[in-house]
Amino acid sequence: MTDTSAASLPGGSPMAESLSPTVDAPLTTVDGTPLREALHKAERQKRWRAFLLVVPLLLFVLITFVTPIAKLLQQSIYNDDFSSNMPNLSQWFVENPDSFGVPQDEAAFEALVLDLQTARENRTQGQIGTRVNYDLSGSRSLFTKSARRAARIEAPYREAILDLDKRWGEDDLWGVMRRASSAYSSSFYLKSLDLAQTPDGEIYQVDKKQQIYVDLFWRTVWMSALITGLCLLLAFPIAHMLATLPLRYSNLLMIMVLLPFWTSLLVRTTSWIALLQSQGVLNDLFVSLGLIGTEGVLTGMLDSLGMADREGRIPLMYNQAGTIIAMTHILLPFMVLPLYSVMKTIPPTYMRAARSLGATQFTAFNKIYFPQTVPGIGAGALLVFILAMGYYITPALVGGAKGTLISNIIAEAMLNWYNWSLAAALGALLLAGVLVLYWLYDRIVGIDNMKLG
Amino acid sequence: MKLKQLLLTTAMGAAVTLGASGAIAAEVTVMSWGGAYAKSQVEAYHKPFTASTGVEVKSVDADNPAKPIKAQVEAGNVSIDVADVEFSDAVRLCDEGLLETIDASTLPDGTDGSSATDDFIEGALTDCAVANIVWSTVYAYDTTKFSGDKPTTMADFFNLEKFPGKRGLRKAAKANLEMALMADGVAAGDVYDVLGTDAGVERAFAKLDAIKDDVVWWEAGAQAPQILADGEVTMTTAYNGRIFNAAVAEDKPFEIVWDGQILDFDLFVIPKGAPNKKEALEFIQFSTGTKPLAEQAKWISYGPARKSSGPLVGKFNDGKTEMAPHMPTNAANMGNALVNSFEFWADRDTELSERFNAWLNS
Repeated sequence: MTDTSAASLPGGSPMAESLSPTVDAPLTTVDGTPLREALHKAERQKRWRAFLLVVPLLLFVLITFVTPIAKLLQQSIYNDDFSSNMPNLSQWFVENPDSFGVPQDEAAFEALVLDLQTARENRTQGQIGTRVNYDLSGSRSLFTKSARRAARIEAPYREAILDLDKRWGEDDLWGVMRRASSAYSSSFYLKSLDLAQTPDGEIYQVDKKQQIYVDLFWRTVWMSALITGLCLLLAFPIAHMLATLPLRYSNLLMIMVLLPFWTSLLVRTTSWIALLQSQGVLNDLFVSLGLIGTEGVLTGMLDSLGMADREGRIPLMYNQAGTIIAMTHILLPFMVLPLYSVMKTIPPTYMRAARSLGATQFTAFNKIYFPQTVPGIGAGALLVFILAMGYYITPALVGGAKGTLISNIIAEAMLNWYNWSLAAALGALLLAGVLVLYWLYDRIVGIDNMKLG
Repeated sequence: MKLKQLLLTTAMGAAVTLGASGAIAAEVTVMSWGGAYAKSQVEAYHKPFTASTGVEVKSVDADNPAKPIKAQVEAGNVSIDVADVEFSDAVRLCDEGLLETIDASTLPDGTDGSSATDDFIEGALTDCAVANIVWSTVYAYDTTKFSGDKPTTMADFFNLEKFPGKRGLRKAAKANLEMALMADGVAAGDVYDVLGTDAGVERAFAKLDAIKDDVVWWEAGAQAPQILADGEVTMTTAYNGRIFNAAVAEDKPFEIVWDGQILDFDLFVIPKGAPNKKEALEFIQFSTGTKPLAEQAKWISYGPARKSSGPLVGKFNDGKTEMAPHMPTNAANMGNALVNSFEFWADRDTELSERFNAWLNS
């Protein structure tokens, strides 16, 4: 940097003197390098220094965020529990690509027995069985039992294996094993969409009684949309008031918005339970006012609407209503804050000008005020919607049977079924859904129009 | 100069303190289920163990201690040394190679002289796990809510006409399906045969349909006595020890119905790669000895897994409640009892859980 400034000093040093001050000669620095190059070098250094400053953050994000997520997502298509522990049978499947259903080939059964014996020695029969069980329920015990007895099996293997357990003679099982013999598989994505495959690879929809995931995805979307809408309805007037009131009042209001924001999520959720459960504060109040309950004046009406339980109380908790109420409250500040920051920048004179030019209150709002708040609405809605899509703890606590979201079933797959591949596939679909919505938002509203604060 | 000296002495002091604390920090982390149950373990196992070996025991609670094990082992970052898990989880985790094996012959003999393998109840020892207690899933009701007849059978739980009020059930397929079948007249011995067929599953869900609209679903074990105490439900399924604790220690008007109880073991396991494996094994050897197991029954009504502990079980720590009638293994309570089949659930858990969730949502 100093080099370049030295070049402009006339007669400063002997070097400078030796340079002829003709106009068309390229500008150089004191040590003779062309100015252009020196500037580039300095810029490069500056960029490097800036980059070095963000390196810690970059590494942090890569190591703690991107890598684990990428690895987990990889599990949604990659699971080698079967292929790596059943090498001989997997090999046989590769060599016989045309055999579907139970093979007639003795070699297949020999490979199976050999693999089961090794599995027994390495204690991997549980892993293998679990992998097959993901696609064919009830087959885990087939593997653990057969592995236990594998050491005693002698040729002819086909007969011996079928003698051991007749389930080895089912086409479905061999179809599932063939698919599992490749570590890469689409079966977890199919399952996430309530689909399955026949032994010869045809895709079909699973039985109605077994379908859960698609319904949950839709429910997650519509409930998130509803919560976003409710948040907007509630937050708009609050934010407007915050932005227009004199400072001493608005500060107090601001604290009231932020106070719940600073309170633990669990505390707020459990408070809602205490308030809204059927023996809770709100219901007790209505009962003591004589509105509801076994002798309440409104019980008959509520009952005919299907909104009262057997005791005539309103079930507000452990259902969709509970999830919607609690989540709207919890996510409200995420809508208020961006709205407020945008409204704060809208000069009140605009509205006054509109009114003085003859616009009605509504026209002035509709044509002047509202369009200017759109960047805040966009930011708040996107924030609330995306947060709601992945919300876990509140629906888990207050959702009961019908108010839980897709994140709750992802947790169940991870923690209770130990099926990480399925959890990863569900998570990937959720992520893809959010990205699509983000893209749509960008196309319709434009992401540059968003203002977070 | 002074500043330098100050820094030097502080650094040295810190080094000495850290070094010293490192030297005495022999400790073992035990993850259990929290609440009254974890307390009983702290009193009966952890405190005497620390007193006799000097090894500190850190007690950690979880909704289900089996859950974090897979994640911890696969990430190579195991922070717990001993976990208290259910039977099906112990077998499943062991099969997947996520647990250390435990040689049963290293366990101490019973005080009556019988070897450990003879002393433990059948099924209480597996390759990777040592059972400490027998517990059961039962249902309990609030006695103040029923003035006339009291519920006595599993069928009464599903009978809303005779015993009105909401029901609490664990939000899982396990235990609910078995109870539904028993309420529908299936004998305990046939439950898993029936549930193994499609028609049996239909039958169980059909029975659950009868009370579905009046169910409050709970997830953590402590929630069950809570919703019963809150008056949210008049009856709920629960772990028997939780109800005992609420009824005896907290004087709640709860009564257990033992008909159709489902027995299960809780077992100690060591996750693969546990940081204090040696101490973990010592802890398990110590706490599953005859005396600590009998001692635990003073704090909670779960049956000891050793036969030799049985005669030593005395009174509850209030000094007046005789424990024997509150044990799931007590002969009077075993009239119609089902032993949970781990193999059935290891096989069909996912399928039936999906089915259960679909049923919940429909």
